Amino acid sequence: MQYSSKVMEHFNNPRNVGEIPDADGIGNVGNPICGDIMRLYIKVKDGIIVDAKFKTFGCGAAIATSSMVTEMVKGKSIEEALNISNKAVAEALGGLPSIKMHCSVLAEEALKSALADYYKKHPK
Amino acid sequence: MKKIYLDNNATTAIHPDVLKEMLPYFEGFYGNPSSIHTYGQETRKAIEDAREKIAKLLNAESSEIVFTSCGTESNNHAIKGAAFSLQNKGKHIITSKIEHHAVIEVCEYLSKKFGFEITYIPVDKYGIVNPEDVKKAITDKTILISIMHINNETGTIQPIEEIGKIAQERQIVFHTDAVQSVGKIQIDVKKLGVSLLSLSGHKFYAPKGVGILYVRKGLKIHSLLHGGSHEKNRRAGTENVPYIVGIAKALDISHKDMAEESKRILYLREKLEKGILDKIEYSQINGHPENRIYNTSNISFDFIEGEGLLLSLDMEGIAASTGSACTSGTLEPSHVLAAMGVSPTKSQGSIRFSLGRQNTEAEIDKLLEVLPNIVSRLRMMSPLWEDKQKGIETQFEDSKKYH
Repeated sequence: MQYSSKVMEHFNNPRNVGEIPDADGIGNVGNPICGDIMRLYIKVKDGIIVDAKFKTFGCGAAIATSSMVTEMVKGKSIEEALNISNKAVAEALGGLPSIKMHCSVLAEEALKSALADYYKKHPK
Repeated sequence: MKKIYLDNNATTAIHPDVLKEMLPYFEGFYGNPSSIHTYGQETRKAIEDAREKIAKLLNAESSEIVFTSCGTESNNHAIKGAAFSLQNKGKHIITSKIEHHAVIEVCEYLSKKFGFEITYIPVDKYGIVNPEDVKKAITDKTILISIMHINNETGTIQPIEEIGKIAQERQIVFHTDAVQSVGKIQIDVKKLGVSLLSLSGHKFYAPKGVGILYVRKGLKIHSLLHGGSHEKNRRAGTENVPYIVGIAKALDISHKDMAEESKRILYLREKLEKGILDKIEYSQINGHPENRIYNTSNISFDFIEGEGLLLSLDMEGIAASTGSACTSGTLEPSHVLAAMGVSPTKSQGSIRFSLGRQNTEAEIDKLLEVLPNIVSRLRMMSPLWEDKQKGIETQFEDSKKYH
């Protein structure tokens, strides 16, 4: 199993690690099989995601996909963010080993969970 | 960057003297040992000398040593061979929950495809099999007991002699997978009371691709490979002469160095463990505190996952390993740690350091210098650590909800 240089780069220098104390939405998703847990915070202003941060318990791929998904959502509208797929996250990382694709699924789910939390806290 | 190899239970670097001993058998001495001419006589002698040397070191007889291609082959040969030859007496096999896959998967195969009944003996929190449990599991259908000598993940040593006595009393064939013990400690097949013993060369500085199965005199088991009459009809196939010469030399060297090396490596291991436990909070040793092989250390670091640790160590030039989820091509946590009652989360954060002859004190110092920072960096990224700091219980939704 070999990670792409992009995965290793994000694992070594993950972007947006941390918490957002007054987050507008928090996603908290765990994979009960492999045990990874991803927590994603988003800050929304005028329908645009202005900040995103994460904390992840998981392998190198889980940390890299968390880092990448936070980078991808920043500056996007809620609607655009809803369309970010796990494949897009994996592709942005230069691909993932097939056994690690579930990490990108977890990243997508953490994002969707954060968006669902946002809608719950900010009903239209 | 100087590289530091702390994964000697996975494999070892070939000893230079072993390589030197092997080289003539790649160059000048290439005869087929079964040939009658001088070429064949030369390599035949090399093999039989190697066999005799190995037999002496294991307190066995030359005729009891069968050369194989690896530890996995030896385990397959022992278990399938005994099961197929003894199945008329019964189809019950006793093994343990902490065996290597090369034993567990063989048993599963016999169970699924041939209707053998397998009993997996549990272990205590230190990973030790209780011989009484083995005794209780024996039925009149039991034909084979297979319990490993030293566990590869934790280094915990099993009470093989006691189980050997039970097996002898009940006249049941007893196999031990001694892949992690041969070369590290003195092995006496008679004292252990085993009828079959597997070992592998590359765990003690011989090359990968050569193993041995000890088969007690008088025990007839089926072969895996059929063909010529090699290895007294027990393992067909032209003998791997250079590797057989190599494994004999490696075993000889390991025995000569054992008294000194075991002390030296134990000192390094103790330093490593004490250093880690002192410097890194929420870390624990998995395995028995004393009854454990001197080179192995399995340590759990709470709130983080092992693969991140391995990748970070690798970038510092340090090689270790993990049996934890997501690294070995499977998402399942270590079956060994699970059998010991280690929680899946703790198991995920476990790392195995296994020391060998090349390791120095400076290397352990280097590990102790870089590891605390790596652990803190990963904990800073971990939601489990965040919740621990806040004193709250971690909660999360199960994945797949959004699909």
